[in-house]
Amino acid sequence: MPKADNELTWRDLEIGGIVTTPGSAAAYRTGDWRSQRPEYDFSRCIKCGMCQMYCPEGCVKKNADGYFEADLYHCKGCGICARECPVWVISMKEEA
Amino acid sequence: MTKRVGMEVSIAVGEVAKLVDVDVVAVYPITPQTHVVEHIADLVADGELDAEYIPVESEHSAMSACFGSAAAGARTFTATASQGLELMQEALYVASGMRLPIVMVVANRAVSAPLSIWGDHSDVMTVRDTGWIQIFNENGQEVVDNTICAFRIAENHNVLLPVMVHMDGFNLSHVIEPILLPDEAQVRTFLPQNNYPLPLHPSKPVAMGDFAPPFIFTEARWAHEEALRASKKVIVEVWDAFAKEFGRQYNPVETYRTERAKTLLFTMGCFSETAMTSVDKMRDDGMEVGLVKLRLWRPFPFEELREAVKGADTLIMLDRSLSTGGPGGPVCSEVRSALYNQTPHPKVISFVGGLGGRDVTIKDFENIVKRGMEIAQSGSDKEFEIYGVRE
Repeated sequence: MPKADNELTWRDLEIGGIVTTPGSAAAYRTGDWRSQRPEYDFSRCIKCGMCQMYCPEGCVKKNADGYFEADLYHCKGCGICARECPVWVISMKEEA
Repeated sequence: MTKRVGMEVSIAVGEVAKLVDVDVVAVYPITPQTHVVEHIADLVADGELDAEYIPVESEHSAMSACFGSAAAGARTFTATASQGLELMQEALYVASGMRLPIVMVVANRAVSAPLSIWGDHSDVMTVRDTGWIQIFNENGQEVVDNTICAFRIAENHNVLLPVMVHMDGFNLSHVIEPILLPDEAQVRTFLPQNNYPLPLHPSKPVAMGDFAPPFIFTEARWAHEEALRASKKVIVEVWDAFAKEFGRQYNPVETYRTERAKTLLFTMGCFSETAMTSVDKMRDDGMEVGLVKLRLWRPFPFEELREAVKGADTLIMLDRSLSTGGPGGPVCSEVRSALYNQTPHPKVISFVGGLGGRDVTIKDFENIVKRGMEIAQSGSDKEFEIYGVRE
């Protein structure tokens, strides 16, 4: 099992900090930077996908019902999706 | 066959690029480094050197192009000086942090303002902490030899760090000296092919220069520090191997006529040659004076330095740059701190001189020793004196 982030020593690093696993940035949790989270009223949603197009993090995906929803592991809570949604599906709520 | 030729040192450096068969040269010309890059351009244009020659638009781009080249596993060379070194400064940290084996010759020159194209060590001191290996030289032969050694050091898998080879601007870069240009086949045997362990290649994708959040940045910095400190062992091994093959020996700290000397001069770079002649003269006059010369500026050779000055009462240092508003000579400042906790240790007297191309002659070194002994006897704790300034 790989070591947790805070257990890695300088000896565990590849030379020059080279990352040898492609796509490993996806494992980096940026969701805990968030101070506001998007909340959805899907009854208004027209599934236009504007929120997905505008999301700077690329973390908005279609859910099982075909609605667009942010993946909270990566969502930084910037609120751009809420601002751009043409039918006001998304509202930003303070994180507890 | 090794040839002894009369050659401008910059041209000889260009010839070294050919001897070591560099793959990529990304450079921007700047005085007093220009002849190096002009000569390499000639060699490439004439088909004598099969290398990619990238005439970039700035030194920042020169170093950045070197990243890509070294990361792809190509043998990479560049050269610069002064303002050019300043312009590539942020990139220098990247080269060493990413552990890219780039070799760069620096024709040491003053930094503006006022504008000076002439030599001193001000440019070096601004890149002191960039995490590169840094080697100083006294004459053209040493520049040639250490540029060859630099590739073997940088590309060693226990090192993988960039190396700066320093040659004093004009005093070395522009003089014609007798140079033993080593035989190409012998150099190729001495210097195995570059084999960067994790090169950029589609068959095994890697990401370089990634970001490090607070939980890992300290570890990454320490890995770099450990690598730079540990590189001294390899540097010494390479110098020993070079001596075996080519008959010329280099050491992190070198001494000249230090036997029984209670007073030692201390220099770095080409002025060491003048200082040696001055020591000869003072010895002829019955003064027991010796000379300590620092070759390896980074990693700093603490143990070798302490050993070299053991038994001396007074160490009189000449720096070719000024740490403005600070302790005077930056080299002296480091030597003082390296000796501070040793008991006993010599009194360290700091002079700054030879700035912006001003010559320091044999007579000047005699004056510096005399004045240094006066200061030592007076018990003055003045940080430094500037030598030769007109009041």
